[in-house]
Order: sequence, then C-alpha cells, then structure tokens
Amino acid sequence: MNKFTAAFSKPHAAFVAFITAGDGDTAANLDALAAGGADVIELGMPFTDPMADGPAIQAANLRSLGAGTTTADVLQIATDFRARRPDIPLVLMGYANPMIRRGPEWFAQSAAKAGVDGVICVDIPPEEDDALGPALRDQGIAPIRLATPTTDAARLPQVLEGSQGFVYYVSVAGITGKQQAATASIEENVARIKQSTDLPVAVGFGVRTPEQAADIAKVADGVVVGSAFIDLVEKFGQDAPAKLQELTTAMVAAIKDARA
Amino acid sequence: MNSPNSFRTQPDDRGHFGDFGGRYVAETLMPLILDLEREYRAAQVDPAFAAEFDDLMKHYVGRPSPLYYAERLTEALGGAQVWFKRDELNHTGAHKINNCIGQILLARRMGKTRIIAETGAGQHGVATATVCARFGLPCVIYMGAEDVKRQSPNVFRMKLLGAEVVPVTSGGATLKDAMNEGLRDWVANVHDTFYIIGTAAGPHPYPEMVRNFQSVIGTEARAQMLERAGRLPDLLIACIGGGSNALGLFHPFLDDADVKMLGVEAAGHGLDGDEHAASLLGGAPGVLHGNKTYLLQDEDGQITEGHSISAGLDYPGIGPEHAWLKESERVEYTAVTDNEALEGFQLLCRTEGIIPALEPSHAIAAVADRAKQMSEDQIILMNLCGRGDKDIFTVAEKLGVEI
Repeated sequence: MNKFTAAFSKPHAAFVAFITAGDGDTAANLDALAAGGADVIELGMPFTDPMADGPAIQAANLRSLGAGTTTADVLQIATDFRARRPDIPLVLMGYANPMIRRGPEWFAQSAAKAGVDGVICVDIPPEEDDALGPALRDQGIAPIRLATPTTDAARLPQVLEGSQGFVYYVSVAGITGKQQAATASIEENVARIKQSTDLPVAVGFGVRTPEQAADIAKVADGVVVGSAFIDLVEKFGQDAPAKLQELTTAMVAAIKDARA
Repeated sequence: MNSPNSFRTQPDDRGHFGDFGGRYVAETLMPLILDLEREYRAAQVDPAFAAEFDDLMKHYVGRPSPLYYAERLTEALGGAQVWFKRDELNHTGAHKINNCIGQILLARRMGKTRIIAETGAGQHGVATATVCARFGLPCVIYMGAEDVKRQSPNVFRMKLLGAEVVPVTSGGATLKDAMNEGLRDWVANVHDTFYIIGTAAGPHPYPEMVRNFQSVIGTEARAQMLERAGRLPDLLIACIGGGSNALGLFHPFLDDADVKMLGVEAAGHGLDGDEHAASLLGGAPGVLHGNKTYLLQDEDGQITEGHSISAGLDYPGIGPEHAWLKESERVEYTAVTDNEALEGFQLLCRTEGIIPALEPSHAIAAVADRAKQMSEDQIILMNLCGRGDKDIFTVAEKLGVEI
C-alpha cells in the first residue's frame, strides 16, 4: 500500500496541511503539523509570481524568498522531514518555473531523492503534461492534478488521465484563502469526480476553521488547509509551532467527529 | 535547426511555437482559454467580424497609418534610406489600440460584460479604457503601484475614460505583478470577465491572436512599400518589450526571404549587469504568465525585475513567437541601452520633427547604427509604434532639465 493509499484509508477524511517552505522555522512547523495529526503534508515551493494564490500565501512566498530560500533549501527541508517522519506522505506544491529550471528530470530525481511522494504544479494543466509529468512518473512521484468548478464533464477525463496520489478539488473558482464554496456544490462536484476515478478526492481553497473542515469531511476524502496556517506562521513567527499544532489538533478532531 | 517551409504557420494546434508558447495556466482558467480559442476561430472566419474590425480601424483608429520616408534622418545618417510606419499617429498614440479593438469585439461576441487589463507604462491601459468607453463596458486596469506613481498622466487619462485603476502592491509592484493580479481577478470572475492582454504573450491563443490583430501594421506597410518604392525593404526594425508591435510588422514579411529583420530589446544600463530588460539576449527559457518563453530569472527560476528607461519595455518576459524566431534564426535580436535610446529620441526630434516614445527610440538607435553600414539604395523600414508625449518628463529628468 503506498503512502497516499494509507493516508486516505482511515475511518475519517484525511487532513492535508500546507505551509510554505522557508517561511519561519519550517522544520519545527512541519513537526507541529505532524504531531497534531496531519495525514498528508504539502510543502509550498516559494515563487516570485504565485498567480493562483491570495494575499496570505503570496506574502509567505515573498517572506521565504526574502529570507534567501533556494530550491536546494526546499529539497533539504523535505529530506530532513522525511528522515524524521517516514510515514507521512509529503507533497511539493508550487509553480512550473522553479520546478523545470534545471530540467524536469533533475527536479524529479532530486525530489525522489528527498523522499517526496507527490507534486502539485499549479500552472501545468494536462495539456502541458509533457513539461513535467513523464519525469515525475518515471521517478515514482505522483503528479497530483487540480480539478475546479470550471472543469466540466467533457474535460474531467483529461484531468484524471495520468493523475496519481489523489485529486485536489479546488472548491472555488478563485485564489487561495478567500471565500469558501457552498457545501452542497462541493458535495455534488466531489461525487461527480469520484464517479470517474478511484483516486481519493481532497478539497481545498478557502477552508479556514474546524467547522468548515468538518463540513467538507462529510462529503470528501480529504480536507486541505493552507492560508489559516500561513497566517499563524506570519503572526507568531518562532512561536508558531505550538499554534500550528493546536489548530491541526482541532481540525483533525472536527474531521473525525464529522462522520461519527 | 532546419528552416521550415514557412515561418507564418505557427503556432501548432496546441499553441506551441516550436518549444515555446503553450497554455501554462491553472486548471480554473483552462476551460476559459479553450472557450476563447473556439470563439476566436469562429470570429476569424466570420466576415462580419472582419468588417467591423476594419471599419473601426479606418474610422476610429485612423488607419491605414502613413508610410513615411524620413529624408533628413536618412541624410543625417548617410546610408540606407529610412522609412517609418507611422503607428504613433493612431488614436491614443500607439499601436496598442489595434489589439484592443480586436479583443473587445471578441469580448462582445462572447457576451462578456466586464473588461480587465494590466498595464505598465499605461499605454495599454489607456487603449483598453478607450475601447471600453467606446463600447460602454466597465473596465478595471491593474497597474503596479510603482508605475502608478511614475505614470500619473496616464493614470488620469484612464480615469477620465471611466476606468477603475487598481494599484498593485504585491511583489515588486510593477508590470509583472499587475499581470499576476489580472490573472487572479480573471480566475475569480471567469463567468463574466474578459481579460484584454496587451502584448503577444500569455497563454494560447493570446500570442497568436494579438499578433494577428497587430499584423495590420505589416500588411499595410508591405502594400504601401510596394506601391511607393516598388519593392520590399531590405531590413525591418522594431523595438521589443513583450513584442507585439514587432510581430505586427514582421509577421506579414516572414516568408519574404530577402527581407531581414531586427528586434531591439532594452539593454537598460547594459547587458553585463542585472539592470536591463533583454529577455532574449540576457535571459533563459522558462514558464511565466501562461507561456514558455525567454525570461529574466535566477538559477532557481525566480523571476527578476527588468530595468529600462522605458516603462513599456521593462517586462521580464517576451512573446513566445519571438523566442521561436530567435532560435530558428529568422529574426536577429539586439539590445540598446537607455543612453543610446535617449540619443535616438533626440535625433528623431531634431531631424524629422517627430517626438517618438522611448520604446521606439530604442529602434531608432538601432536604425542609426545599421543605416550607416548599408548602401544608399537599400531600405530600412522601422515601426514607429508610439509617440513621445508621455515620456517628456522622463526625458527632461535624464537630460537634467526642469520643466
């Protein structure tokens, strides 16, 4: 059973936690998410031009780059986390340019060596899969694709083709961290996606509170939270780990209760 | 690289110009990009669309723009004959309006009710605000907060025309950040909003579409040149930021094997440092804003800020067709510094009584260089893509003059 299958086979929906690499004490922050019970970790690769992100994650990208974070640093953070926590699936999430700068093969090999299980590249849709997808699959790394409210029935099979790990359903047509979609629409869309794939479906964008997470946990296989963690990292800096663990614990508890 | 049979058949059906171009956008935008492409294909074969475009070009923009033989400049340089395609005489004072007319007609055809655009120096913002006023559509212009400060006359023009100008403070607060913010708006408002991209870049079909709307420049110039001089020019020259005015001039000539072409990037303070905006000569291939092309970037793929005296040229990328034309060696590319452009600016003012924008002033500097190396029976055709009223404050400051 691969790490993703294990993470999404629990009696409750998986909790997927996102933070940006190099923003704050990332190693301590990742350990806090893990200690709080996160089932999957998404580690954001900072980029100067995060076009799909809202103000919170944009600012995290700039703080990280401002602190001098390099691609080598991101890979080292992944390597070290993997050594401490061999069990939790680790996903790198970011934009195409930093991933393909030295060639997709270099990136896929480096990520594999760091123990990364999956990659979400926001601006490589299935139409441009050649730019990164084959290199990832060759290294046994899952290319995780995004599906959105605008992904209609005709297009969905193309999005699912070549997807591995899980499907990330972006619940709102918009940027990260803004508003949340109505639960009814999420339920309908998740059901629609699940009719076409055996992959688990995690839902993100705009999920900030345990209550929202619980609502989604009733209808999806996983819940992704990012901006709410980023806000804590910004606000509490070196003291963020305790706050991150606290929020993770609350999210996980709400998710576990959701299907009780 | 082998020469293709034609240089005019790009992009392929996936929007690729060789290795460049494509559709590198978030999934939310992908269905919309595909829809835009379908609508554009339908418009391309609809005689009514072409008729409306042509009518507005003639009676609203003032086309065809003149083809002008610059006699005194030619004498001053002492070499090849210099001719200008006078796109600075268009309504709003630059080539940008050609593309905006085309895109707003497409937006109307698609039933979109809200227009957004990004702008750097403000020329594309003004052109967009102009067509929105003309067609009564609400308009939001994203502009880097730094540029809002530097280009206050254009900000006021846009507001007079009824546009809402949103200063963008994220990132470096310049053109690329304005484009990021435009894309964020579009992602959140895909149902009713049309994004008028200002240059031949972005995800397919924008590079092709913008090039085609701007090709009115080269199509007119080619016919005018044959009529006036009885032959084609030996060399075409145009400045390049994103590259739409250059493609507009070059594209109709690409299969004329005897016509050479020179694209002029902004070398800022010089290509040996970081303070330039020459993506082709000083950058490397990468992915930004929906397309694969040459970018100013560091070794980790982080985008770096361009610099040029001309705010219209300091974008860290370039249209993907130029990346392909460079690699296929059909077009030669060079770069001109801020100081050389300033000299070109003053040269044209004094010899021809034309105040050019700082963008084509880069091309003028290249014309001055090349004309001297060519014979008197040869012809250089340069696209004079914008007038310089907007730049007089910048120029005065550089020349140490208080106005």
